[in-house]
Amino acid sequence: MDKIAVTCEEPSLDSQVDPRFGRAAGFLIVNPETMEFEFIDNGSSQVMAQGAGIQAAENLSNSGASVLLTGYVGPKAFAGLNAAGIKIGQNLESMTVRQAVENFKAGEVEFAGASNKQGHWK
Amino acid sequence: MKIAIASGKGGTGKTTVSSSLAAVWDSPVIAMDLDVEEPNLHLFLNPGFIGSRTAQMEIPEVDPSVCNLCGKCSDLCQFKAISLMGKVLMTFPEMCHGCGGCIAICPEKALTPASRELGEISWGHKGDTEFLMGRLRIGEAMSPPLMRQVKERLGEMQDTSSTAATRKDVIPKDVIIDAPPGVSCPAINAVMDSDVIVLVTEPTPFGVYDMKLAHEAFTPMNKPMGVVVNRAGLGNSEIYEYCNAKNLDILAEIPYERQIAEAYANGIIISESSDKMKHIFLELAEKIKQKAGSKNAGVVPRE
Repeated sequence: MDKIAVTCEEPSLDSQVDPRFGRAAGFLIVNPETMEFEFIDNGSSQVMAQGAGIQAAENLSNSGASVLLTGYVGPKAFAGLNAAGIKIGQNLESMTVRQAVENFKAGEVEFAGASNKQGHWK
Repeated sequence: MKIAIASGKGGTGKTTVSSSLAAVWDSPVIAMDLDVEEPNLHLFLNPGFIGSRTAQMEIPEVDPSVCNLCGKCSDLCQFKAISLMGKVLMTFPEMCHGCGGCIAICPEKALTPASRELGEISWGHKGDTEFLMGRLRIGEAMSPPLMRQVKERLGEMQDTSSTAATRKDVIPKDVIIDAPPGVSCPAINAVMDSDVIVLVTEPTPFGVYDMKLAHEAFTPMNKPMGVVVNRAGLGNSEIYEYCNAKNLDILAEIPYERQIAEAYANGIIISESSDKMKHIFLELAEKIKQKAGSKNAGVVPRE
């Protein structure tokens, strides 16, 4: 099964989902069958004045994940993730990474066709 | 001589001072509105416009059939305007600052220059006063690249040998710059090549606070600075105490009067609204010239 990226506040399955995509603390790349995971630090995006979402999408495009579960994705990051062929499940904040992955495995995550967050300059 | 009319706080009277100075200036002058995000000097000077041009900035365009996804451009760009997403090289034109680095570094020549419209530059005159302004395109976020092109046009207007100079008989040497508010890149860009900076403020807590920021931000440029207190009589004496402590000369005080607000609301240049006002601005013009002549006046060592 495909690997799943989840935005997280800490490198643990019991971390809360970080609601922000571009400025998330990091990503857990989870194998949904075994629940094994690796952590990708997103600090390089967090410190950027602008373009954090693009940087985060770039980081994720190199991770091997084909699905992203998170809270909000801005328009530029959305376009980047689309180009990288990563499917996006949004509005999954207020739960742990483990719960988000379980929801995905139960088929309860709908993939988004559009960004759910406005850009800063709009 | 270039005189920058600046402020920390918005709405303190930069345009009031710029338009009034242009009106009383004793030699031909160029009034330049560099507040490109919301230019309004023309509303008071009412120039007849005689020319305009669109300002463009160079951005990269990708030819995917030539790109081998090496990622050198993406690594170079500090603004994520070009980014390698898996097997796709994407551009985000609105993020681009126009440095041209990606086009220069591409080993495959897969990037070619395209352009993004920044805004419009227009010019004209009213009597002896030449006028020049920039207006940022709606939706455009970066004003310094447009401001640089407005200043290029200024150079043409002052170049006697150029066919682009608007006048052949007199080339105005003095320039009055209506700067944008704040202390970030646009404000710095507007004052950086001036000979003297006039800080317009008001004696309110906001006016004092933001003028301190502007004074601090502009001090490292080592230019003569002076202060115009607008709406004098309002608020408290803190602004005077600050100027006194920092050795900043107060070049003029514009009183807090209903008659001035009425003139402003009717689009009348304040120095033309009464003899008293005209006198205030004639004196201000004289003090600015003295200040510009004394290179280090008003500059105090950094703490």
